[in-house]
Amino acid sequence: MSYESRPVSARYRQNLRNNLGGRLIGILLFLCASVTVVTTIGIVAILCIEGFSFFAEVSPIEFFTGTKWTPLFTSKGFGVLPLISGTLLIGLGAACVALPLGTLTAIYLSEYATPKIRSVLKPMVEVLSGIPTVVYGYFALTFVSPFIKEYLYPEAGPYMAISAIIVVGIMIVPIVASISDDALRAVPRELREAAYGVGSSRLEVTTRVAFPAALSGIIASYILAISRAIGETMAVTVAAGARPNLTANPLEAVQTMTAYIVSVSLGDTPHGTIEFKTIFAVGLTLFFMTLVMNVISSRITKRFREVYD
Amino acid sequence: MIDSASEGIMDKGTEQESNSPEVGFALDDSKESPDEMEAVAINIDALSLWYSGVQAIENVSLQIPDSQVTALIGPSGCGKSTLLRCINRMNELIPGVTLEGQIKIHGENIYEKDVDPVAVRRNVGMVFQKPNPFPKSIYENVAFGARINGYKGNMDELVRSSLEQAALWDEVSDKLRESGLALSGGQQQRLCIARAIAVRPEVILMDEPCSALDPIATQRIEDLIRELRNTFTIVIVTHNMQQAARVSDKTAFMLAGEERIGRLVEFSPTQELFTNPSDSRTEDYITGRFG
Amino acid sequence: MSSENNPSRVRSGLGSSDFRTNLAFRHLKGRMFYLLCLFGSLVGILLLVTLINDIRQDGFSYMSKHFFTNFPSRKPEIAGFHGAIMGTLWVMGIVAITSFPIGVGAALYLEEYAKRNKLTSLIQTNISNLAGVPSIVFGILGLQLFVRGTIGYGPAICIGEQCGFGRSVMSGALTLTLLILPIVIVAAQEAIKSVPPSIREASYGVGATKWQTVSSHVLPQAMPGIMTGMILALSRAIGETAPIIMIGALTFVAFRPEGPLDPFTAMPIQVLNWISRPQAAFHDLAATGIVVLLVTLLTMNTIAVLIRVKLGRSSSR
Repeated sequence: MSYESRPVSARYRQNLRNNLGGRLIGILLFLCASVTVVTTIGIVAILCIEGFSFFAEVSPIEFFTGTKWTPLFTSKGFGVLPLISGTLLIGLGAACVALPLGTLTAIYLSEYATPKIRSVLKPMVEVLSGIPTVVYGYFALTFVSPFIKEYLYPEAGPYMAISAIIVVGIMIVPIVASISDDALRAVPRELREAAYGVGSSRLEVTTRVAFPAALSGIIASYILAISRAIGETMAVTVAAGARPNLTANPLEAVQTMTAYIVSVSLGDTPHGTIEFKTIFAVGLTLFFMTLVMNVISSRITKRFREVYD
Repeated sequence: MIDSASEGIMDKGTEQESNSPEVGFALDDSKESPDEMEAVAINIDALSLWYSGVQAIENVSLQIPDSQVTALIGPSGCGKSTLLRCINRMNELIPGVTLEGQIKIHGENIYEKDVDPVAVRRNVGMVFQKPNPFPKSIYENVAFGARINGYKGNMDELVRSSLEQAALWDEVSDKLRESGLALSGGQQQRLCIARAIAVRPEVILMDEPCSALDPIATQRIEDLIRELRNTFTIVIVTHNMQQAARVSDKTAFMLAGEERIGRLVEFSPTQELFTNPSDSRTEDYITGRFG
Repeated sequence: MSSENNPSRVRSGLGSSDFRTNLAFRHLKGRMFYLLCLFGSLVGILLLVTLINDIRQDGFSYMSKHFFTNFPSRKPEIAGFHGAIMGTLWVMGIVAITSFPIGVGAALYLEEYAKRNKLTSLIQTNISNLAGVPSIVFGILGLQLFVRGTIGYGPAICIGEQCGFGRSVMSGALTLTLLILPIVIVAAQEAIKSVPPSIREASYGVGATKWQTVSSHVLPQAMPGIMTGMILALSRAIGETAPIIMIGALTFVAFRPEGPLDPFTAMPIQVLNWISRPQAAFHDLAATGIVVLLVTLLTMNTIAVLIRVKLGRSSSR
């Protein structure tokens, strides 16, 4: 026990103590990292527990095939299809805006822009994704919708899907542009040179060599962007309206899954009721839709990294 | 408008082609190099090059003979690859490159303002250090350049003849639809040679084409180079002196001094350069005293 | 044969007679494609300019001292942003305090301590998937876990009558912490990865323990990158609306929070409240609020860039 009498052993003891402290720190840091795992488990548990208790009262068949979504009315309808169609209308519509714009931006950034132009343009494009979504909602409501009403379609009401489609589309342009740009720049220089070497013009190098080689990364960006559009909440709540509407007409008002969840939480529906439990069932559906898309996207991204590493 | 523009080019083309471009037009270039007996394909005249203001090559003049193999040798960093990449204007793809002097191919200065670099590269093919087939099928790799350049003939035949010329046909004839990346390194490099010759260029540049290959694959490429020189003018960069001695007719030795600026030291028939160098630095290099 | 009669293949681009190289048309197509790409990139920028201009037009009509000191009101001329600003400050303060140590700790674990095994790659995959979960789902999580102190099954965590944190600053802050944690961790990981291994080896070489190496060499070197990522993550959290609506941030608050368990509102919530009113005057108030919000974000981003540039330079010496 006495350190003084046996200095060598004392030194070992000292090290052992340090080691214990080190292990303690390791455990502490592991706990920090496991917060993220606990978060995921928490999300899944909460959505499943409340969601399943919803499905104990409403059959999943009614939920996924019904075309009437009126859980807060006296004649209740629990068909989620109008919400899913509203969500997909906005998500795919936004994709129609963002995929072409984002792809063209990515090609311009990676193939044409000088380093100087690039260093200005890329941050400016990325600003678009840093603007809070409620600001896009304001823009849709006070600029885009009135513009459409005045110049294109005077019969429209104050809320319309197209307005949300446009702003959500702008919002996700940076996702497409940024990831596709990375994918295009990851195409090895040797491949481009090979194409130039047989007398290709820049257009041909871009469209026939660089773009196909980067395609998996570009597709991953598309999926990720659509997933982000589907999970988008505030802009669609503000601009697209609050009417569950089974339609493909972008000039009508629609309600998305996210907007429905917000509308319930803004109201005074009491906890524990079947009406309130709808948000968990809808949340569960939304969570799995986006999860599947994100997993596919990251699988593809991983694969295209492996090709060039 | 588009049609008339393209028609104009084609009219000019047929007119020119009636003079049988494959043969005789190098003849009068001999005026520019009276010392040389053979026809000159590429005349590099007082060429200097800077990367973002830093000089890499100074005042290189070189007459590369037609339908022969010319080797560029020298220690690494001597500017031999840079010089090679000037011949098909590949260096222009790097931002910040400036260049002085001229390179004439069959009498035409390829750096003149109205010369299109795409047209230059279409006629001056290139094989790179690392085999770089496109991630496409073997067939599409060979057909790529021909498709882009509007080949009108029978594509299957072109692919076949190009692969035959590249001594690859026997190995891949039954798997043309498979990915070019599935081939071995040496086969990939021969595929890249097939890709380059499929557009029927006048000149083929090779930038250390064997440096990533094993000795057996290297030997096959060298055999191939010796065969191709009957059809094409070949310029090959190599750090391997034995290779230069084996495959080339003429050899240029380049060297960079303390300032890291590459200069031409000596240019002679290969045999002469290796047996009886006129410059003491060449002798030092080929006897292995540096580099 | 004179040189004029010689066909120059390098000039015309023509090969042997089997080729129709047709450079003029190809370059015309290339030019058009270039213009298309340029146009595509400019559309995004143009819309950004339009958006900012739209806000700028209405965003200064109510900009005054009162706007910063008053609480919201039914009368737009005396309505203010004070409660929202204070709420956001409270929430962001707690988010910063909680997400920094957890985020950096998790990043240190993953980069310096974790073995390369299945568990580690599971955590890593989980983090990237979590970053893609819609923010409203985090709101649902916060509503159950923090507001009500339960996962919906079994007993709630209660202290006396109070279960969970209620609809308070604390609930909002913890929800946003979980939301930005993936961003903080990934940014911190990148910063730690960029510290050269030679520094670690030098430290181990003089007999330092792992923690001594990490705390006195790796962390200080990585700090500028971590701070930059942290600020960018916070600026994401400031603009988040959906999750704190879910946990029940109030939309009409005529007071400011005095402690972490008080109810609150936040800047984007107040803006949403004003947007939702039909009167145009409130839309102008919303625009004014958006100006404040955007200026805050711009300031934070500028600070992040400055930190990266300045500290990045001094620590690399």
